[in-house]
Amino acid sequence: MTLDLFAEALLAGVLLGCFYAAVSVGLSVAFGLLDVPHIAHPAFLVLGAFAVLGLNGMGLDPLVAGVLLSPLFFAIGVGVYRFYHAVFERRGADHGLRGLAFFFGLAFIIEVALIWSFGVDQRMVEAPYIGRGVDLRDYRVPYRMLVAFAVALGLTVTLSLFLSRTFTGRAIKAVAQDAIGLSLMGADPVRVKQWAFGIATGTCAIAGALLIIVAPVEPGLGRLYIGRCFCVVVLAGLGSMKGTLAAGLILGIAESLVLSSMGASWAPAVAFGLLLLVLTVRPAGLFRS
Amino acid sequence: MIALCGMLLRCAVLCLAFLWAGVSVAQAQANKPIRVGFSIAQTGPLSGAGKSGLLAMQIWRDDVNAKGGLLGRPVELVVYDDQSNPAQTPGIYSKLLDVDKVDLLIAPYATNLTAPIMPLVKQRDLLLMGNFALDINAQLRHDKYFNNMPWSSARVAAEPFFTLGRKLGIKSVAVLAADAEFAQTLATGARQELKAQGLESVYDQNYPPSTVDFSSMLRAIRAKKPDAVFVASYPSDSAAIIRALNEIGVGSSVKIFGGGMVGLQYSTLMESLGSMMNGVVNFHVWVPEKSMEFPGIREFHARYQARAKDAKVDPLGYYIPPFNYAIGQMLAQAVSATKSLDHKALAKYLRGSEMRTIVGNFRFNASGEWAAPRTILIQFQGVKDKDIEQFRAPGKQAIVAPDGFKTAEVRALNDLR
Repeated sequence: MTLDLFAEALLAGVLLGCFYAAVSVGLSVAFGLLDVPHIAHPAFLVLGAFAVLGLNGMGLDPLVAGVLLSPLFFAIGVGVYRFYHAVFERRGADHGLRGLAFFFGLAFIIEVALIWSFGVDQRMVEAPYIGRGVDLRDYRVPYRMLVAFAVALGLTVTLSLFLSRTFTGRAIKAVAQDAIGLSLMGADPVRVKQWAFGIATGTCAIAGALLIIVAPVEPGLGRLYIGRCFCVVVLAGLGSMKGTLAAGLILGIAESLVLSSMGASWAPAVAFGLLLLVLTVRPAGLFRS
Repeated sequence: MIALCGMLLRCAVLCLAFLWAGVSVAQAQANKPIRVGFSIAQTGPLSGAGKSGLLAMQIWRDDVNAKGGLLGRPVELVVYDDQSNPAQTPGIYSKLLDVDKVDLLIAPYATNLTAPIMPLVKQRDLLLMGNFALDINAQLRHDKYFNNMPWSSARVAAEPFFTLGRKLGIKSVAVLAADAEFAQTLATGARQELKAQGLESVYDQNYPPSTVDFSSMLRAIRAKKPDAVFVASYPSDSAAIIRALNEIGVGSSVKIFGGGMVGLQYSTLMESLGSMMNGVVNFHVWVPEKSMEFPGIREFHARYQARAKDAKVDPLGYYIPPFNYAIGQMLAQAVSATKSLDHKALAKYLRGSEMRTIVGNFRFNASGEWAAPRTILIQFQGVKDKDIEQFRAPGKQAIVAPDGFKTAEVRALNDLR
């Protein structure tokens, strides 16, 4: 591998890694902080992507569409959590397993609904930054990946600041550590959790926009992202936003370097091998204290 | 005497009852539908082709039933969604045989999903009509397997790409293939063929189906400076590769790019990718060029396209649909000729007769593949953005091989971009 190719692969890895962080950040809140087995997270991403596709068909830029859709997704997230809490979480110790079945079913319903509404073909959006490359000194980079990089970085940093600097954000972190303690302080853990789950789902609209900007989307695409999203969240250390960004970058860079040098078929093995290695050395993940 | 008359009367009543029962059974048998069973992807990555293929089969069923069915019996399709998942097909086909008791079997769409059911079909010695499975019977040699795909083997499918490439002066080749059955089989054929044609392989990689971005792979290929890039990919990957080709480029050394990219035949993808596809040389099975005007195909497409919008499937239907309709035509031809549903008799007829279908007339070889294969290579030429209608006219997907069907000369990739 030449130095030029290495540098180019590194750059591509950073861009890809930020995209991985963006699609995982919602799961980091739902699964990492709230301990909700949100296996339908990738299905919500795909739902977001198709909603963006619909608005793009009306002439709206995909990113603007993603931002406009996020309040709607927030509301959907709040509704889904209220249902999950009422039917599963409140009822006892085995809610985890039953919840897993619930979210699996939800993912399946979303997939089938998308097939009914949009058909089964691969779909893409149109935007001035898709299908073009840009020269960064000696390296050529897809414009769409730069856009994904910027949005992903913005999303992760904003969420990280929200969780650490605002009262609601700190309450979300608190509910993850000690829900009873939080209720003794006068806050309602269920309400805090519902806002958190709403935020996690709200990010799916923006991340879904990135998903369809970066690659073609079809209703069943979520299945391919389950492993990758959970890998990023676990590698990061459950609930850490900085960790999610770092884990996404590690995964993206490793994948890009392997794709450019060792061969494409080694990429998943290296990515998941890295996860095993980190969990052996730091069982709580990279950024979990 | 009275007793004798009574006995005769009872015998007559009994005979009439048996006669009536016999007629009823025969009538019931005549009204009982002929059940044709298969699975075809309605969800998952292969469903784009699967849904349009199913519509074509339904059109065939409606056509046959409108003409009075087969052997005087209506035709019924028993269909399951295999979710594009090879693990599903053995269970589905066992159910088709043991629970649904189908009379005739059609294979699932695509190589990956057909491979798992081949042992079952061979073990039970059943007739199986293949549906775009590549080289699936090469090892098993089941004598009751017949494929609708117009390629006889992976090597035959790959050969025209390298022959065309040599016309453009290529000497070195990069091979990029998805890590799945069809792409791997095709890539194996490509490797054999490029070696046989004395070409040098400078890059040879498989990629996992979960790959998101192909920029890194195109960079690695560009660094090797190949003259040709042979790609065996699936729909999502094909779209992502074409996009990366446009964004990153693959280097000025590359004269021919493509070969085995599934998805570049789907109307919606072609519409979305538009001018990005210009110069790419890829396989196809039917395009609206003058050399491919077979009897009945225009009428089929008119009926298909009228139903496609409501069914939310490929609006043009040039890829899988006519070949799925052809499966029905072959079954109908064999059943009508043999006046039987016996698999042995049907297989004997299919092996020895010329098939007359909307995708042309042809015969099968000993492996159940087309005896005279027809690998069509098209080159996207002068394609504009956001215009699906342009693909209805000749010229946009010009046939560059084989000679018998050629409608344009192949041009170097960068001449058309």
